This record gives sequence, C-alpha cells and structure tokens, in this order.
Amino acid sequence: MATLEIKDLHVTVTTEEGEKEILKGVDLTVKTGEVHAIMGPNGSGKSTLAYSIAGHPKYNITSGTVTLDGVDILSMSVDERARAGLFLAMQYPVEVPGVSVANFLRTAKTAIDGEAPKLRTWVKDVNAALERVTLDKDFAQRSVNEGFSGGEKKRHEIAQLELLNPKFAVLDETDSGLDIDALRVVSEGVNRYSDQGDRGVLLITHYTRILRYIKPDYVHVFVAGRVADQGGPELADELEANGYDKYVKAAAL
Amino acid sequence: MTTSSFVDGSEAIQDSMAKALELSPVESHLHPEGSFDLADHPVPTGLEEIWRFTPLKRLRDLHKDAPLDGDHHTVEVDAAPGVTAVSVPVADSARGVSGYVPVDRVSARAWAAATSVFEVTIPADAEIEQPTTIRLHGAGIEKAGAGHLLVRAGRFSRAVVVVDYDGSATWAENIEVVVEDGAHLTFVTIQDWNDDSVHVVTQHATVGRDAELRHVAVSLGGDVVRASTSADYRGTGGSVEMLGVYFADAGQHIEHRLFADHTAPRTKSNVEYKGALQGQDAHTVWIGNVLIRKEAEGILTYESNDNLVLTDGAKADSVPNLEIETGDIEGAGHASTTGRFDDQHLFYLQSRGIPEEEARRLVVHGFFNDIIRRIGVPALQERLVASIEAELAEHVGRID
Ligand SMILES: Nc1ncnc2c1ncn2[C@@H]1O[C@H](COP(=O)(O)OP(=O)(O)OP(=O)(O)O)[C@@H](O)[C@H]1O
Ligand SMILES: [Mg+2]
Repeated sequence: MATLEIKDLHVTVTTEEGEKEILKGVDLTVKTGEVHAIMGPNGSGKSTLAYSIAGHPKYNITSGTVTLDGVDILSMSVDERARAGLFLAMQYPVEVPGVSVANFLRTAKTAIDGEAPKLRTWVKDVNAALERVTLDKDFAQRSVNEGFSGGEKKRHEIAQLELLNPKFAVLDETDSGLDIDALRVVSEGVNRYSDQGDRGVLLITHYTRILRYIKPDYVHVFVAGRVADQGGPELADELEANGYDKYVKAAAL
Repeated sequence: MTTSSFVDGSEAIQDSMAKALELSPVESHLHPEGSFDLADHPVPTGLEEIWRFTPLKRLRDLHKDAPLDGDHHTVEVDAAPGVTAVSVPVADSARGVSGYVPVDRVSARAWAAATSVFEVTIPADAEIEQPTTIRLHGAGIEKAGAGHLLVRAGRFSRAVVVVDYDGSATWAENIEVVVEDGAHLTFVTIQDWNDDSVHVVTQHATVGRDAELRHVAVSLGGDVVRASTSADYRGTGGSVEMLGVYFADAGQHIEHRLFADHTAPRTKSNVEYKGALQGQDAHTVWIGNVLIRKEAEGILTYESNDNLVLTDGAKADSVPNLEIETGDIEGAGHASTTGRFDDQHLFYLQSRGIPEEEARRLVVHGFFNDIIRRIGVPALQERLVASIEAELAEHVGRID
C-alpha cells in the first residue's frame, strides 16, 4: 500500500499586487485502494491543489509538505514526480503543436518505465486504450490535443491514465464539459483504473453528476483554500441537495 | 516598371506572357525598380530599407567591389532521368527568361560577373518523382565567386529540384525559376554551409497559368546568409507556397526576404517560415512582403513567421508587409510570432514523466514539424529532422 499525504499546504500565486495566498492549510491523506472526491465552488483552489501536487511552476509553496510514502515530492521536478507515480488529468489539457500523440505517448511510457515499450504490443495497447475511450485510432497521428474538442481532450487524458498506470491519479474536473455518453466512458476508464485495487484516486469535481458513476470512499468539501468538511459518500448527496452555501458563508466569517 | 515586363526568350511561355504584360504601374517600396546597370545600384550604406538588417561589414565587400572571379567550388549533379542539368556559357543561355532584373547591388554584380549559367530543364509533360540534386561545395572563402542558376519546369511537368550548399564560400548568386503553365515544381535550397561562409542569393520565380511552385528554403549553416526570393505570376490560377525552416546559432546572421507579387487574378501565395535561435548574437531576419496589384482580383494570400528563441542573447526580426491595391480579394492575412519555450507545453510533457531536456526537444521538433511534413520529399524530411536534432544536441540540454 502507498500513501499520498498532504499536510498543512500553503500556496500562493504571484499577482500584480503581490503574492496572493490561494491554499490556506490543506490536509489530506489518500491511500492506494481509495477514491477521494474533492468538491468545491469555483475559485476555491481545487486546481491550485492539483497543480501544486504536480509541480506547476506558477504556484509557490510557502509551507507544508506533500509526501509519497514518506518521500518529499515538493523538492522533485515535475517529471520526477510523474516518474514517482503521480498523474494529473488536467482541467484544461494543453495543446502541443507538431508533437504526435503516438510519439508523445511512447516517450512518456519510456520515461515512466525506464525502458522503451515493446514495439509489437505497444501499438496495439495504444489503439486499445484510445478505443476504450471511444477515440478513433487516427488520433495517434494528430498533434497532442491540437484541435481536439473539449470532450476529446478529457478522453485523451483518461487514455493516458490507463496507459501510464500511475500509483496516484489526480483528476481535475475531468467530468466538466462532457456529454452523458462521454461522462460514462470517462467514468468507466477511471473505474477500471481504480478497480486494480492498488491505485489511489483524487477526483476533483464541481458537480455531483460524476459520482453516479464513480463511487468515492471519501468526500471532502473544499472551500476558500482548505478542506471545510469531510465524510463518506452521503456528504455528496447533502451537497447535491443544499449546495456549498453554508460552507461559503462559514468561510467568509 | 521594369521588373514586371518579361524578357523574351522561351517559346513555351509566350502566350501567357502577352496577358501578363498589361500590368499597371505600381508605386511601392515593395517593388523596387530593377536594373542591369551597376551604376543604378550605389554601394549601400546600411540605412536603406532593404539593407538595414544586414551586417554589411561581414559581407566581405560583396556589396561593394570585391572581385567575383573565384572558382574555389565544385558542383556535383545528380539529375533524375529526363531532366537535363548542364552549365552553359552566358551567351548561349536563356538567362533572364524569368523576367528578373537585378534589384540590388550584389545581385547586379553577380549578374555581371557570372560567365556561365547552370540550367536545369524539366521537359514538358514529364512527371519525375526522383529529385534532381545539385550540390555546390565551397572550398574556400578567400576568393568570392558568382553563380547563376536557371530552373525551368516545362508545361504540365512535375518535378523536384534540390540545391544543396556546403563547405566554405563567399558566394553571390542569382537564381531564376520558371514554372510554365500547369507545371508543378518543388524547388528546395539547403544552406548547410560551414560557419565561415557568406552567401547572398537573390531568387526570382515566375509562375504560369494554373502552375504551382513549392519553394522550400532551409537555412542552417553559414556566417551570413541573405536570401531574397520573389515570385510573380504569368497567368490566372497560379499558386506559390514558400516554406522555410532556419536555425541560427551563436553569431550567425540568417536573413530571408520574401516577396509575393500578385500580378494576375485568382492566384495564391502562402508563405510560412519557422526559425529557432540559440546562442549569443544569433540573429535572424524575416521580411514577408506581399503586393496585391489592381488586376489581381480574387487572390488569396497568407504569410506567417514564427520564431522560437531558445537562449538569451539571440534576436529575431520579423516584418510582414501587405499592400493591397484592389478591393476584390478572396483573402489576405499575415501573422508573426516570436517567443520562448511555452511553459505550458513543457509542463504538460513533463507531467507525463518526460524529462525536461527531452520535453524541450519534442517541443522544438514539433515546432518545425508543421512545415517539414509539408515539404513532400521524404528523404529530405528525414534529413531535416536529423539536422535539427544535431543543432539541438549542441545546446538545448544546456539552457535553463
Ligand atoms: N495569477 C493569478 N492572480 C490572481 N488570482 C489568481 C491567479 N491565479 C489563480 N488565481 C485565483 O486563485 C483562485 C483559485 O483558482 P483555482 O483555479 O485553483 O480554482 P478552482 O477551485 O479550480 O476553480 P474552478 O472550479 O473554476 O476550476 C481563484 O480565485 C483564482 O482567481
Ligand atoms: Mg479548477
């Protein structure tokens, strides 16, 4: 079993008016075998948390720790974190002109595994992963995310999740912008991944809709840069009924 | 204006010429008046619009009066079956058939100094897949030389011609390209010079009715490379694509000056150049001029230049110019970008475990890929990818 542990994490971004604190002491522990949902209103800092874990240069960690099985990951480069077993499915996946999906995936797989994948099975694996998220195999020849629709980008993230098969996956609003069929396809991908039993999922979402397909073990309410409440799946139902109002009001006090 | 009146000389293009001659005069700095007379081309001072980016001091007096009688070079030809590629004395040559008249002093001097013309001729109706390659190898920079190349693609022919420069030279050159009606020519120049070469080349292409020219310029080597390329049209429906890839290292000056002169209706031009720069005083210049004349109704033009600045101390100048004299065009646009690595690209690739250095390589290859994959000559595309890899190996791992 592996553990991803976030302790008292404070994060700022640099603005024209100076440093602005976005995360104000986040505590969260995810173990492999668990699915955690993080739910919160717009602007509460959910993506900031996801990017900070992944190591995006825009975010400054001012205090706190993030460890993977006790090993500090904040001192690692972005790619080292990925090779240590972290994966971030982005809310807005980046377009990389001229780099084909096939080349990108092979390079990533080689980096993660420390050796090139077997050519014969790899092409089949890629095609199968694309097919599972209902992307045509032609996508392998296109430039990474370039000209993909919003839904195609999200499905491409999940195809990568399955191919790279990290220890922990942080999924930042992978459900937003998906129609109902795509939502089902994406959810099935996440479930296949977590059903392996020894993987951890941190599912960031704004809506409860995806929780009809992916059953979280824990739900955390994220408001104003910290975890305001947590509980079991029933907490999601309560949020569905009552929204974030009471938490937002409490945080404003 | 003289550059729009075509010089007589080829039977095959006579009928389309008649129409092209009825052009109205243009008052435009995009359209300098050419002349064969050296007296009409005073020694540039560097203040002139067409010279202001060029480091004249490094031209070894090509722009002044350096003798151009050097012959320290060898030419190696690999002509595809059916294509003739021979050197002929100026007097017996079809020089001038493109209508070109020298537009600057280096060009006029090269014109006067050339004693022979290298003529590449693709017969009418020939469809030739195999590229014809001309390798010009310079064997020393001490004595400057001048050359003249004329490429003629006969009516309805299809062919690929590649000119490959390497070695060390101080070289002034004129190139004429004639693409007759309905022909399709891919013409590629590769500047793979040693670091000490100076090459000032002026090219003019004229494109017939419904003909297509794909012009590809690859500039990697040389101390100073200045390539001025213009194209005009002899009939409706002609199309010109100008693709360029360049990579400037420390101290290198690479300058591309493009001019698409829309002299006929319903013609197309598409200019796309991409360059990378690395190292102290790497300097690139891209000038993209497009003139749409009054008679050029219904034309379509687009030009773009993107520069990727890989290190501090490098400088990219990029100047698109569009002059429109008719209200009736199908489309005209331009774009120019100069930037560093996009952090978002690197972050995305690295977040998938790809080490930073590898991520940078992927981004640079990706940047050039858009153009390289459109060259349409597979062997050349592979070679270019390898050349870019080699350029990157020198530096990219070492930037922060
Ligand atoms: N450069 C910046 N300058 C000022 N504020 C910033 C900057 N970058 C982020 N923020 C602010 O940080 C806050 C948290 O943003 P974040 O993207 O983490 O929110 P989120 O919870 O993911 O929201 P959403 O549900 O809309 O995705 C927002 O209020 C945002 O405006
Ligand atoms: Mg977000």
